[in-house]
Amino acid sequence: MLEIRDLSLALPARTDHSDADIIAVSNLSLRLQRGRVMGLVGESGCGKTLTAQAILRLGEHQGIRRTGGDILLDQQSIFAMDDVTLRKMRGGRVSMIFQEPMTALNPVFSIGSQMLEVIHLHLNLDAEAARQHAIRLLQDVGLDDAGHLLQQYPDSLSGGMRQRVLIAMAMSANADFIIADEPTTALDVSVQKRIIALLRNLQRQRGLGMLLVTHDFGLVAEMCDDVAVMYAGEIVETGSVEDVFDHPAHPYTRALMGCRPEINPPGTPLPVIEGNVPAPGLWAAGCRFAPRCKHADQACAGKVALHQWSRHQHQARCVHVEAAESC
Amino acid sequence: MLSVEKLNKIYHSGGLLRRGQANHAVKDVSFHIAEGETVAIVGESGSGKSSVARLVMRLLPANSGQIHWRDQEVSQLSEHHLRPLRSHIQMVFQDPFASLNPRMRIWQSVGEGLRVHRPELSRTQRRDEVAEILALCGMDAAILDRYPHQFSGGQRQRIGIARALIVRPKVLVLDEPVSALDVSVQAQILNLLQRLQSEFNLSYLFISHDLSVVRHVADRVLVMFNGNVVEQGSVEGVFSDPKDAYTQKLLAARPVAHPSERR
Repeated sequence: MLEIRDLSLALPARTDHSDADIIAVSNLSLRLQRGRVMGLVGESGCGKTLTAQAILRLGEHQGIRRTGGDILLDQQSIFAMDDVTLRKMRGGRVSMIFQEPMTALNPVFSIGSQMLEVIHLHLNLDAEAARQHAIRLLQDVGLDDAGHLLQQYPDSLSGGMRQRVLIAMAMSANADFIIADEPTTALDVSVQKRIIALLRNLQRQRGLGMLLVTHDFGLVAEMCDDVAVMYAGEIVETGSVEDVFDHPAHPYTRALMGCRPEINPPGTPLPVIEGNVPAPGLWAAGCRFAPRCKHADQACAGKVALHQWSRHQHQARCVHVEAAESC
Repeated sequence: MLSVEKLNKIYHSGGLLRRGQANHAVKDVSFHIAEGETVAIVGESGSGKSSVARLVMRLLPANSGQIHWRDQEVSQLSEHHLRPLRSHIQMVFQDPFASLNPRMRIWQSVGEGLRVHRPELSRTQRRDEVAEILALCGMDAAILDRYPHQFSGGQRQRIGIARALIVRPKVLVLDEPVSALDVSVQAQILNLLQRLQSEFNLSYLFISHDLSVVRHVADRVLVMFNGNVVEQGSVEGVFSDPKDAYTQKLLAARPVAHPSERR
């Protein structure tokens, strides 16, 4: 199991203002289990990508610091790992797939050399066995003529093919967990569909635990077993996809799902959430969504905990859950 | 009001030493837009939809074909004769700020079109016009003296729309106007476009890859693939009963709205 426990992350202090930490993710807890897909959904700036990157301890070189909490991979803290263990963990036990297949591959190295580098790092194979492994991986992600593909360079591949190569690389060392950050956002609709099907198949066949970071409820509906909705650095609602789609409990979740064009009659004004997502450092003291919420009152001024909703494992961070659901 | 007939665009790649390859990006594209109507062009990358937008704006020269504005053929007009007509058709980009001067104040950027199309206005009058248009687009007059980098994605798009509207056009060509925005901000901008359309009886040529957005905003839709219009018709018709195989494939690829619809 991969468990995020009470994690808080701070952005580098801006020296021109003050040197106080700007908290970007606060007291976040999340559990990934093998064989299940968890969607982490939210709008830009909510902290979803920072959270995902923290699992691989990426972002530290950009000055993002952990100010509290822990991340445990099968009971072992990833923050206690030495460099060698950490490097083995990345790609070996937890892999990442990024949004931009264009920038995630190095343009000056062939597909083969980039794949073999990863394979040699994690698996003890001789040159020919490693090559055969790479070919098998490319075939698994639906790329034909894999032998020829190994000699090609990223710029001769389409966006969809590059994303397949990156997925193959993520699978190369039998990792148990995959962190996918907007894996289809940069792709065309028809390519998206095929990549979603591929990820879903690989995840099932291999029993992977997956964290899917996205802004797109459609992708959550397609792929996820569970979902966590983030707003202003914290999880405001979490539960099974069925529970959250059928009975969204937090006013933010409800509003965000409600403003999608596909669920509104054509041509009608869309429901909107007034105002903007507050930047880190500008969050309200109590419920962070309260300044934009139709149900807000004095009760929202205090700190609000996630509380268990009547259904199994369905939680929302709102003191007015009942009132919100009834309207 | 605006009609195009058999527009063609061929790009030539290659350079000084390499023999070029011809890419027929837009093939015999014809359509018309009536007053107050929204016509959408939907397609994937490389379909030619953005080239059509640029051809209509005459930002690109067409290889052949005609563009009629009301009763006038404009595809061959010189830049000099085109200028007075340019105020009728304006464009909104996916990232309007890519085309703004970062050192110019917002009111100057938004008001740029007025210098060309209404040179008689004084500086103060221009500033007042800008404030009025910005207010229509949901932006406060307090931003007039700010600089582009100080705005979020949604605010930027409101400013981009204001900049297009300042010369009081009849047609807006919108190239992926909400594609870079978060869902909640996208809803605000789509509502704004809808309100402005009914207020000024605007016509929209709406370029998008997003089928849900197109279905929501458009009256009629053209589906493009490899430079060809493979299907066109009313939005209800095309979405409920697509005739072309590519349209069918595209519609089938849409993500589901609810987990129970998974295929």
